[in-house]
Amino acid sequence: MSSTTESHTDQDEPAERTPPNKPNPVTPSGIEVPVVATPDMVDFANVGEPGQYPFTRGIFENGFRGRLWTIRQYSGFGTAEESNERYRFLLDQGQTGLSVALDLPTQCGYDPIDPMARAEVGKVGVSLSNLAEVELLFDGIDVGSISTSFTINGTASISYAMYCAVADKQGVPREKLTGTIQNDILKEYVARGTWIFPVKPSMRLIADTILFSNQQTPRFNAISIAGAHVRDAGCTAVEEMGYTLANGLAYTDELIRRGGDVEKFARRLSFFFYVHMDFFEEICKFRAGRRLWAKLMKERYGVEDPKAQMFRFGVVCGGSSLIGSQPHNNIVRVGTETMAAVLGGAQSIFTCAFDEAFQIPTEHSAEIALRTQQIIAHESGIARTVDPLGGSYYVEWLTDQMEAGMMQVIDEIEQYGGVEKAVEDGWLQMKIAQRASERKRAADTGETVIVGQNYYRRDDQNEGIGEVFKLDPQATAKVVEKYERVLDTRDSAAAERSLAALEKAAADDGENLMPYLIDCCHAYATVGEMIATLKGQWGEFEEPVRL
Amino acid sequence: MSLKGKRILIAKPGLDGHDVGAKIIALALRDAGADVIYTGLRKSPDYIARVAVDEDVDAVGLSMLSGSHKEIVADTVQCLEALDAADIKIFVGGTIPTDDHAGLIAAGVCGIYTAEMTIDDVLAAIDKELAA
Repeated sequence: MSSTTESHTDQDEPAERTPPNKPNPVTPSGIEVPVVATPDMVDFANVGEPGQYPFTRGIFENGFRGRLWTIRQYSGFGTAEESNERYRFLLDQGQTGLSVALDLPTQCGYDPIDPMARAEVGKVGVSLSNLAEVELLFDGIDVGSISTSFTINGTASISYAMYCAVADKQGVPREKLTGTIQNDILKEYVARGTWIFPVKPSMRLIADTILFSNQQTPRFNAISIAGAHVRDAGCTAVEEMGYTLANGLAYTDELIRRGGDVEKFARRLSFFFYVHMDFFEEICKFRAGRRLWAKLMKERYGVEDPKAQMFRFGVVCGGSSLIGSQPHNNIVRVGTETMAAVLGGAQSIFTCAFDEAFQIPTEHSAEIALRTQQIIAHESGIARTVDPLGGSYYVEWLTDQMEAGMMQVIDEIEQYGGVEKAVEDGWLQMKIAQRASERKRAADTGETVIVGQNYYRRDDQNEGIGEVFKLDPQATAKVVEKYERVLDTRDSAAAERSLAALEKAAADDGENLMPYLIDCCHAYATVGEMIATLKGQWGEFEEPVRL
Repeated sequence: MSLKGKRILIAKPGLDGHDVGAKIIALALRDAGADVIYTGLRKSPDYIARVAVDEDVDAVGLSMLSGSHKEIVADTVQCLEALDAADIKIFVGGTIPTDDHAGLIAAGVCGIYTAEMTIDDVLAAIDKELAA
């Protein structure tokens, strides 16, 4: 990164600091950008046509002309009933897909009464410890006619089993289910922390969900390979994509090992990223990642079907690019990021609410986030023609640069011994912690400009946020009460039988665990019980603590 | 700065897995000369208190981003008291709404350090607390 700190070394009065009155010539990924891009810097033969290999210009030949992206807002908190109410509100407002946030006990495999769970029930999402809660969550909502995304990883196979079981209960054929489970455990070891089992059995469980889904819920995405969290943890855009593609390759290898046909399963692999503020870097990140993935599929695995070469992705606009000071400025950030996502060719977009940096969004802030997408979709006109930036000297040059950087990241991991080894050793975790420190220092010194935080501050800047969303203080008690009622009323012998069958299947690497998990759900076995059963067979991940 | 030789435990209580802030502070304290122990994820207040006592630390830093800071701070204070170690200082970081700051201070926390502070300001604040 270039040094631009000399003009603002006065640490005593940061409130009055203004940044240098010219742009930093180096992107956040460390790419030095020319003053002007020229045709001789680009090999246009690499670009190709929209809807054709290598898909630089997008996976559809008509871009968004056939259909706009899916507007998908993340919500879910407290009890299943409260979340159900919010979902019905969002569906009424024109939202086209639901997104379920789960509380940490559900994500880590603890029931609401577990001592590890007590302080966290219903805090960052909804508690779904058993099928009865999932039935409440989708009460009055036809799961055959909506698309639902679950942000869940360590226990994703169970959430997916619950969704299949709810479909069974509603009388909806499983093949009608659409949606996504995140189900990307590799990045959990690195950045988000909801791992449960050691790496190998975790990889098996993920492969099982994908292979089962290919057969029984062919329109459902059983994995969303996510770069978002390593990005928020401190990576650059190039590293975010490089690590994510490396994880995608690791899952591909595991699926092939378990007998999957890459031409089939690769059609349902999907990806998930954050969009941060550097506009052209973000656009080119998606163009470059899409092209590189297609090349890897074709060149490494011999994939011929274009649908299995296609890189499909959803995004979140916001994340750590949103800040707590002068929070209304975040609306502008999210708007900018949304345009980058559209120009990068995203299939689904979630826009963060401006207050998300410090609280669960209120109905008001959530509505502004939704309207932001609708304004860009219907007023701005940027979705009118396919890849409108394609052929721009700068955009194509930057796409090339970023693709080369991503390939370097993948090579480095493979030279280390692969992703699985890198996370088992804590090597990747350590690298990301170092990146996070560098990024924080760059913000502290003012090398990175953050309006309202390290420049253009004012004393009263956190005023006027408006209403604050408050969780129902009784939420935990209500969840526990419902949980105990389920345990009291279920057929305990049936639950025990289903768990015993799961235990036996877990010990046999040749079994696919999904049918057993769905049976457990139908028998009202709980998440905690299913996870404890699997832990008994597989043990737990031992976190390598390296600094 | 007199952080050199201070023993500090950085801990991740509860189920929250966002450990970047904890690691940034742990690395910065180490660079400033402190002896830093980092617990890793998902530790109970009881475990954290026992490690703090066993390792004879001067302070415990709790990193929390999931909204359960009130319960976790109360439990940690109680566990330290039960081990006769109420002299070990507790500071917290993460996503801590301003409305909750006074309550945490009253519960026995010596400092609340959020992402908007610079690393140097956080180090200076910890230094001041440990010198007092």
